[in-house]
Amino acid sequence: MNKKDLSLLVLILVVGAVVAFINPRFLYVGNLSNTLNQVGMFGIFSIAEAFVIIIGGIELSVGSVIALLGVLFIDLIVNHDVNWVLALAMIIAGGLAIGAVHGTLVTKIGIQPFVVTLCGLLIYRGAARYYTEDATAGFGFGASFPMLEWLTAGRTNVLGFPLPHSVIALFVIAVIAWVVLHRSVFGRYLYAVGKNEEAARYSGIRSGRVVIAAYVICGGLTAFAAILIAMYTRSISPAVHGSFYELYAIAAAVLGGCSLRGGEGSIVGVVLGTVLLQVLQNLVNLLGIPSSLNFAVMGTVILIGVLADQYLVQRRRRATTAKGQPQASGAGASLGGATAE
Amino acid sequence: MPEPFLELVDISKNYPGVVALDHVDLSVSRGEVIALIGENGAGKSTLMRVLGGVVEPSGGLIRVDGAERRSLTVGEAITAGIAFVHQELNLFDNLDVAGNVFIGREPVYGGPLRLIDRKQLHAKVQPLLERLGADFGPDAPLAELSLAQHQLVEIMKALSLDARLVIMDEPTSSLTLTETDRLMRVIAGLKADGVSVIFITHRLNEVVQCADRAVVLRDGRMVGALRREELAPAAMIRLMIGRDLKSLYVPPAAPPGDSVLDIEGAVTSTYPDRAVSLSVRRGEILGLAGLVGSGRTELARAIFGVDPLQAGAIRLDGEPIRVAGPRAAIDHGIYLIPEDRKGCGLLLDVSIAENISLPDLSSYLRFFLVNTAQETENAKAQRERLKIRAPDVETSVGSLSGGNQQKVVLAKWLSMRPKVLIFDEPTRGVDVGAKQEIYDMLRRLTDAGVAILMISSDMEEVIGVSDRIAVMHEGAISGFLDRSQFSEHNVLQLAVGHAVE
Repeated sequence: MNKKDLSLLVLILVVGAVVAFINPRFLYVGNLSNTLNQVGMFGIFSIAEAFVIIIGGIELSVGSVIALLGVLFIDLIVNHDVNWVLALAMIIAGGLAIGAVHGTLVTKIGIQPFVVTLCGLLIYRGAARYYTEDATAGFGFGASFPMLEWLTAGRTNVLGFPLPHSVIALFVIAVIAWVVLHRSVFGRYLYAVGKNEEAARYSGIRSGRVVIAAYVICGGLTAFAAILIAMYTRSISPAVHGSFYELYAIAAAVLGGCSLRGGEGSIVGVVLGTVLLQVLQNLVNLLGIPSSLNFAVMGTVILIGVLADQYLVQRRRRATTAKGQPQASGAGASLGGATAE
Repeated sequence: MPEPFLELVDISKNYPGVVALDHVDLSVSRGEVIALIGENGAGKSTLMRVLGGVVEPSGGLIRVDGAERRSLTVGEAITAGIAFVHQELNLFDNLDVAGNVFIGREPVYGGPLRLIDRKQLHAKVQPLLERLGADFGPDAPLAELSLAQHQLVEIMKALSLDARLVIMDEPTSSLTLTETDRLMRVIAGLKADGVSVIFITHRLNEVVQCADRAVVLRDGRMVGALRREELAPAAMIRLMIGRDLKSLYVPPAAPPGDSVLDIEGAVTSTYPDRAVSLSVRRGEILGLAGLVGSGRTELARAIFGVDPLQAGAIRLDGEPIRVAGPRAAIDHGIYLIPEDRKGCGLLLDVSIAENISLPDLSSYLRFFLVNTAQETENAKAQRERLKIRAPDVETSVGSLSGGNQQKVVLAKWLSMRPKVLIFDEPTRGVDVGAKQEIYDMLRRLTDAGVAILMISSDMEEVIGVSDRIAVMHEGAISGFLDRSQFSEHNVLQLAVGHAVE
């Protein structure tokens, strides 16, 4: 866990403590469990987004993909009697395919990621609404999938605490993503391409493939999140389902230390960023702040966080240059430089 | 000769560790055409940047119309009537000709709305177009004009500012012959109107054709001035060289072996009608000399697969190979140490260890994951071997000096099995001590059987390090030199496209 992650954790604890102090209901088991459930679902597609942001791209169609694939999933299992395991595989394959198309358009055709995924945002939303004829898709009377529901939206008692399964899923995905990003060769390539695509190419990295792979991973994880969210809400109004979720994802990634210029960010940070966003959401509810102010509160906190981070980075940079310059002229001077700072 | 309106007196410019200009004097009179010549890195561009107000001199005086000052700002230079036509043109592709000429000074109407008066704008540009004999109108979009026409637009911009002196930095380097002729006529026209011109060029024939005098710089010093009647290519070349080269040459341990890398008829996109053929032998350093822009970097990029080869073939150990991209080149054992270290060679805010392992990560695998212990160990070994001066291998390379950064780039490839190493300006921005260490490393590599192609614009380096020199001129090889033929004179002759006597 790096410094940035640590300061984010401190911020979460401070905000949490303040909320708990004003309204002790924050700490009720039910409330915590519900908040964690949200963290689980939002965390998965935020990690998805992080993969793309780390290679220096952006994925704006997350919310629309969640709506479209959610609608398709429910339609498959409810109206077409597809076995849910098969349906799940189909939906994930769909997400991977969407990612592959986005990645290919970005690398092979050279369209800017913002434009590609903005078009995706519009197309998938429209497709979801057209497919359902703008009607809410959901489980009809009597339709039930006990196993699937238990797996995706259920909770297991752990030491008396009802732990949502979405959190367990997030935990597993986060661990795998952490290993991939921070320990594997592929992860190194992701960061290298995000940091300096030209230098990565000169080092023999096939940067095009790396970029496509990032979008594919993003698509697959988003599809998985779409299923969890669909099973949790149990009914989908295609016009609004998942709208703005891409912005939650981007916000979590940015809070977690991802730079939109690429090459930076940690999985721990992204998960913590998601937690902070959900705690803020909870804060709005619990402190009686009008829910219409929800986004305004979130925006303000993110802005303050980014400003504080910028300030700290600049201060650190000044400190290192103050130390670095005398270092070049001699060891004796560097001590003076360090103490002066 | 009329009284000069602009004088540079005793101008010096020091950068840390480098003297770019060493007590240079230069005066400019009305209607005078001065050619500024010298090798790469002689200080020509720095001197002109002092005049343009971009670089502040470390010492000396600038006298404009008798008023003395230590330095000029860009604004003062413009007010003094000095205009700069840049090597990389500073124009807006998305505007038309008139918009570019009067950028920032557009005639406006509509009071506080400040709308652009296009009619007046065009009316103001029209006479300038006629004066230069331009074959395009004021409303021609810049994106549709050729490079030569862009230059005319820059010159118009200068004239619209009532320039008394127009500085052109290698104006003809990318022009065709007819375009060059037209530019020469434009310069003559400016002269007739009393506008002075200083132009930097490597094409000595142009100097003879249109300059009133030539000023020669070498290693930041003014080493000579030639009057109109003295202008001859041979005389200019004599002045441009004539420095004692320190002998740094270390001969190879064994005579070079068979050729390892053969380039046959390679064509790059920059010079689509020129082909390059050369071969590099085992255990030899082939220096690739030439002026900036002669197509050397493009050739290196094509061999390494960064840019596709337009035509031609590459053979490695006699076998034809296809290099579809850098990965393929690397898999064949052909590595490139690029000229643009920061942009292409390194990930600046990443550690030394991670930079070194990047091209070869698959050999650091343990259970599909990067074995960081092995990575650190190898980086430490390379740090030892190349004497990379850094507190530890976790240091980010951005904080290292140029020489140590270059050693990290080298370490990337030395941890693998190089057959052919292509160096593009191996010691640019590298201090003297590290330079020698890099040269030693080159020799040790060739003695271990590696073939090295070394692109260099540093005459001392080309002559002092190479076993053989190939010289490029405008996209083609203009000649090869063996050690017995090595001289600055010969390299320069070939570089400007003349044959060796």
